[in-house]
Amino acid sequence: MTAPNTDAPAKITLRSIYFVFFQIGMFAFGGGLQSWVYREAVERRSWVNDREYVSGLAMSQILPGTNVGNLSIYLGLRQRGLAGAAVALAGLITVPFFAAILLYLAYDQIANNRWVDAALTGVTAVAMGLLLRMGLRSGAKGSEGIGSVVVIAALFLMVGILQWPLLLVVAGATPVSIALAWLRLRGTDAQ
Amino acid sequence: MRSDLILPLILVFGSLSLSSVGGGSSTLAAMQHQTVDVHNWLTSREFVELFAISRAAPGPGSMLATLVGWKVGGWAGAAITTLSLYVPSSILCFLVARTWHSYSDRKWHAILRTGLAPIGTGLALSAVVAIARVSGAGIFAWAMAGVAAAIMLIRPNVHPLLLLAGGGVVAMAAVPFQL
Repeated sequence: MTAPNTDAPAKITLRSIYFVFFQIGMFAFGGGLQSWVYREAVERRSWVNDREYVSGLAMSQILPGTNVGNLSIYLGLRQRGLAGAAVALAGLITVPFFAAILLYLAYDQIANNRWVDAALTGVTAVAMGLLLRMGLRSGAKGSEGIGSVVVIAALFLMVGILQWPLLLVVAGATPVSIALAWLRLRGTDAQ
Repeated sequence: MRSDLILPLILVFGSLSLSSVGGGSSTLAAMQHQTVDVHNWLTSREFVELFAISRAAPGPGSMLATLVGWKVGGWAGAAITTLSLYVPSSILCFLVARTWHSYSDRKWHAILRTGLAPIGTGLALSAVVAIARVSGAGIFAWAMAGVAAAIMLIRPNVHPLLLLAGGGVVAMAAVPFQL
C-alpha cells in the first residue's frame, strides 16, 4: 500500500470517510453527485486539491463503472488505502440501496402524480446547476492556460452536444491535452 | 428467490459493470435488453417504471440495478445485482488508482495530471447536458439550473440541499400555470 500524504495534517478515520459518503448518498437527489463529492472532499475538507480532483474525475469517467462510485474509490484510496476505498463506496450506496426499494414499495402512491413529477423536475434542474457550477469552478481552479480552455470546450462540444462516443473522443483529446501540459510544464520543477 | 437465478444475475450485471464506460447511463440500453428481451425477468413497462423510480431516489442512478434485483429476487436479488454492478468495476478502478497514486511524486505524473484536468472538467460539463437529455429538461429547467449555478458561484456556503428543496418547491408552484 502506498504511504499516506505527508501534507495531510491528521489521519482521516475510516468512520469519517464512511460518513462523508453516506451523507452524499443520502442527500444527493437528482443526479450529478460529483458536485457533492467536490463540495465535501475538496472545498470543505481539502482531502485533495482541485487539480487532483479533476484528474481523478477524468480517470473515474474513463474507466468502466459509475463515475461517482469510481470517484469515491479514488478518494477513499487516497486517504486510507483499500479500507478507505471500500468504506467510501459502501457509504455512498448504503442509503440509496434502501431508498430505492422504499420508493418502489410506495410506487403506487407516487406514480404519475403531477406534483411528484414537478418536484422531481425541479430537483433535477437544480442538480444540473450544481454540476454546472462544479465544472466551472473546478475547471477554473484546476486548469490553466488557453490550451486547457480549448480542450474543455472541445470535449463539451464533442461529448456533450454532438454525443460522439466518449472513449473515442477521450482517446483523441487526452494525448493532445497531455502534450499541451508538457509544453507548459517542461523546464519547471512542477511535481 | 430461485437459486437458479443467482448465476444469471451475477453474469448479466457483472458484465454490465465492466462495459459501463462513461458512466452508468451508458448501460441503460444493454440492461433493458438483457433483463427484458433475453431473460424475461421484467416487461418493458416494468423496466421503464423502475427507471423512473431510480431517478426519484437519492444517490447514483445505478440504483436501477438494485430495483431490477429486488423485482426478480427480493432482498437477496437486490444485494446480488448491486454488488455485481459495483464490485468488478471497483476492483479495476482500485488497481488503476493505486498504481496512479504510487507515482504521484514524479514529474511526468504532474504533467499527466495537468493534462487530464481539462478532460475531467470537459466530461463533467458534458454530464450536465446528458442529465438534461435523460430528464427531458426544457427552457424552464435550464433557467433553474442557471439560477442554482449562479447562487452557488456567488455564495459557495449555501447548502445544496436547500437549493434542491427550493427547486422542487418552485417547480411544484409552477404546476397550476402549466395547464
